[in-house]
Amino acid sequence: MIHQYKNNGFNIVLDVNSGAIHVVDDVVYDCIALYEDNSKEDILNKLKDSYSKEEIEEAIDEIEELKANEALFTEDQYRDYIIDFKKRPTVVKALCLHIAHDCNLACQYCFAEEGEYHGRRALMSYEVGKAALDFLIANSGSRKNLEVDFFGGEPTLNFQVVKDLVAYGREQEKIHDKNFRFTLTTNGVLLDDEIMKFANKEMANVVLSIDGRKEINDMMRPFRGGQGSYDVIVPKFQKFAESRNQTNYYVRGTFTRNNLDFSKDVLHLADLGFKQISVEPVVAEEKDSYALREEDLPQLFEEYDNLAKEMVERKKAGKDFNFFHFMIDLEGGPCVAKRLSGCGSGTEYLAVTPWGDLYPCHQFVGNEDFLMGNVFEGVKNTDIRDEFKSCNVYAKEKCKDCFAKFYCSGGCAANSYNFHGDIHNAYDVGCALQKKRIECAIMIKAAEAMAEAE
Amino acid sequence: MKHVKTLNTRKLQNTVVKGGCGECQTSCQSACKTSCTVGNQTCEQTK
Repeated sequence: MIHQYKNNGFNIVLDVNSGAIHVVDDVVYDCIALYEDNSKEDILNKLKDSYSKEEIEEAIDEIEELKANEALFTEDQYRDYIIDFKKRPTVVKALCLHIAHDCNLACQYCFAEEGEYHGRRALMSYEVGKAALDFLIANSGSRKNLEVDFFGGEPTLNFQVVKDLVAYGREQEKIHDKNFRFTLTTNGVLLDDEIMKFANKEMANVVLSIDGRKEINDMMRPFRGGQGSYDVIVPKFQKFAESRNQTNYYVRGTFTRNNLDFSKDVLHLADLGFKQISVEPVVAEEKDSYALREEDLPQLFEEYDNLAKEMVERKKAGKDFNFFHFMIDLEGGPCVAKRLSGCGSGTEYLAVTPWGDLYPCHQFVGNEDFLMGNVFEGVKNTDIRDEFKSCNVYAKEKCKDCFAKFYCSGGCAANSYNFHGDIHNAYDVGCALQKKRIECAIMIKAAEAMAEAE
Repeated sequence: MKHVKTLNTRKLQNTVVKGGCGECQTSCQSACKTSCTVGNQTCEQTK
């Protein structure tokens, strides 16, 4: 499968099944588009007004050389491999701990409904958290690296339990030969020196929620009384990011229909000095006024294109920053098994409520149809687990012929469920944006490679 | 090559043999929590 496109002056050809990426000139670009369905004579004939015979023959020679090297028109040879891979015994390697189903902000788009997840306010007790870590260790098989995200609501509302659980985890990892990677997701309101110091010692990554420009952030991320949160959180996040040497964190925002010009928010965060930035499309129900619509896509595509171009320029000027959705590792990226087997929700990744119930992921918490068990008794509803286990790109009709499948792994199961009532489908607006982001990310790599070559 | 510049030398098909150790980060734990982004994850074996 080939995906070819033009972006920012580059002709880019992606050989989907090998992952090879080529920047090509016009003649090769046009020949590749015709190659599979035309003979050499037909290609020569169809392109004779644009290129000389020698140019076309040279281009076809190079295409055939790439093909022989399995870097172009490579066959998909992974289907049976992935199906077998997913049959392996399930191990759990990551938990999202809902330390607090409560929040000190009242963000308009919160899927957790101001932290309460369609239920009651609650804080996780140390006993429940401890049982969750025990459950993780007991179900992790031979996996050494175990991930625990302290999530909410707002986890700093229950920070003593976070600290106690980290201490327990550090003690247990020695006994069981595991390595806990703790992460914290916070809105920043309660951040202080003590929390920062603790997080810098113990947290492999921190995710700091902020949407961008003050007016945008304050519209969607107010306190319960309606006041904006921007002025409270920005200085704290700047200090926190510096204290982590501008690594191992993300300032993480959500864009909605209220800021379709979200590239300005990304650049605003960069101008505030942040080097690790993620600003992502909201997932909302169609009825919500701030939900993204299909008709917004052309503008959103333009925003991604403009952001990508600006990032290329800023890199040249030594003012670069990372944008999570444009990060792509062409040489050291994940293996095929990781790329095609899905995100791991419901199998290797589970969410834990304050009272210890297990759900396939944080997005399903509160939907009783997806209650899988609890940390004291383990996974009881194995039907849910098996349904998620069967979820991979080959099980999704929409993904089979999509070039992005090696980069999104079939997309988010919760998004699919929210829009189609089925985890084996895909959220179409999300897919369109994902594909655009991959194209931009590859363009940035092409621009960097060309700049290096000059 | 005169007409083509290839950006990467690693081929996905070569990761079938040694891949799938499962030690890498779960994608949703990295930052997203709403999208699935595996293409930017780092392989634990090549760190």
